[in-house]
Amino acid sequence: MGLEKLNNLYREVILDHSDHPHHKHALPDATHKITLKNPTCGDVINLDIELDDQDKIKDIGFTGDGCTISQSSASMMTDAVMGKSKEEALHMAKTFSDMVMGKKHPQADLDQLQDAAILSNIMTFPARIKCATLSWWALQRALLKQPDGSVDDDQEKEE
Amino acid sequence: MDSTLTKLMRDFPILDQKVNDERLVYLDNAATAQRPNQVIKALTHFYQTDNANVHRGVHTLAERATADYEDARRKVQKFINAPEPEEVIFTKGCTDGLNLVASTYGEANIKKGDEIVISIMEHHSNLIPWQQLAIRKGATLKYIHLTDDGELDLDEAKTLITDKTKIVAVAHASNVLGTVNPIKQLAQIAHQHGAIFVGDGAQAVPHMPVDVQDLDVDFYAFSGHKMMGPTGIGILYGKRELLEAMPPYQYGGEMIGFVHQQESTWAELPYKFEAGTQNIAGAVGLGAAVDYLNAIGMSAVQAHEQQLVNYLLPKLEAIDGVQVYGPQDPAKHTGVIAFNLENLHPHDVATALDMEGVAVRAGHHCAQPLMEYLGLTATARASLYLYNTQADADRLLVAIQETKEFFNHGSRETK
Repeated sequence: MGLEKLNNLYREVILDHSDHPHHKHALPDATHKITLKNPTCGDVINLDIELDDQDKIKDIGFTGDGCTISQSSASMMTDAVMGKSKEEALHMAKTFSDMVMGKKHPQADLDQLQDAAILSNIMTFPARIKCATLSWWALQRALLKQPDGSVDDDQEKEE
Repeated sequence: MDSTLTKLMRDFPILDQKVNDERLVYLDNAATAQRPNQVIKALTHFYQTDNANVHRGVHTLAERATADYEDARRKVQKFINAPEPEEVIFTKGCTDGLNLVASTYGEANIKKGDEIVISIMEHHSNLIPWQQLAIRKGATLKYIHLTDDGELDLDEAKTLITDKTKIVAVAHASNVLGTVNPIKQLAQIAHQHGAIFVGDGAQAVPHMPVDVQDLDVDFYAFSGHKMMGPTGIGILYGKRELLEAMPPYQYGGEMIGFVHQQESTWAELPYKFEAGTQNIAGAVGLGAAVDYLNAIGMSAVQAHEQQLVNYLLPKLEAIDGVQVYGPQDPAKHTGVIAFNLENLHPHDVATALDMEGVAVRAGHHCAQPLMEYLGLTATARASLYLYNTQADADRLLVAIQETKEFFNHGSRETK
């Protein structure tokens, strides 16, 4: 078999995103910030989100260090959720985590993920699922503001 | 040597399989070794014929199980040349042994203002127990750093270890850098200042002859599973006078002398530190692993691994874009080889190598302070053992070349 199977994981588009990540910078006016670590490899993502007064993602950016999968996933995630409402973004995060766990989703949901939908292949590389989901978890946790681990989507407080 | 070792490979059924359609090349031995049939059979035999709880049993099976368990202790005692079997304590593993020392000896002897000296290359298991002990007691934790070649800086050690130092704890061999530390000298320096020396032997005992009397270490911990024994069994060696003076680690069955309503006395060594039903079969399996290693001879094991390192390391270093950490001189490098490929995250490297059937580890190797000190987030790590061959080394080298080419083609930039 060798490395041919790797093509399933590292599609051109994924390598493109990891070589030239989109929105890889911190935001000066972030309303939501979070730092997440992948304890198995030490990878770190710092995610900054700026919501406007209608709870739409006005801007999003990330910094940090990680493997090809985590970097490209973060890049694709920021593309997909830019301009989306908080509710839409949370729905997309759910779609993504369901998708990589192999759950079926309506095609419309998957389309919404744009490039990120390509990471459905990650299922066949179980050791790498965490790499792909790190940025989406960061998105979800930043938007839900749950520093203590509890879900609280009724009230948002400024950072 | 290689013909003997080809025969050896037959003892390891797990190595005879394909992974991702390629012959498995297992190079994750620093994480855990594979078990030979002899160890697997010893476990099966114990459970099929001798299993009972040890000590105090009057019936025949209990006597047999006790004999098996104590035989295993004596095998380990001879293997590391401990003076007495009572100084060899069965634990869950190396981590458990180091925690035992920190929570008993450390708890009883460390006071505010005392100093504990460890090295920057320690595995978390020989770091956090001392860090937390220092926090509990208001003591200071100090680190010995590295020379430019990735070896322990012995000159710095000599200035760091002073009369304030109460404990010096250092790995015998690094699980990242592939260095062997001069623990005999460190123990001597510690003793000159009235401190004790604790050795972490997890990466040493499986790979080289170890003589705790010659090293003159006060405590020395290691794991069974890295030397082809079962998981969940390990050893703590300690000098008798220290063990005698220490309070117990855990309380319960097996470790008592007499128990009254308001007070208790403790069992003799080693049982004072073996509360509850122990991993009896694990001890028996570890004894079988010791037999297996003795039959080959630890000097032969060490020589074989050194020969492989001599072959592999220069070839690995010669690959453009490969960075090897630790000593670059093969003579100073054990079979633990941490490396990175330029512009590639080690997780991507490990996944690619796995597709070629080559099992390596990627990450921080439970040595985050070392990674931070080296300015790294992670590395890939190939680690050899006695059943690895030159053919395995070649497979690794080819797979690394192919990985490089895969990621450098297509859209990936070559910088």
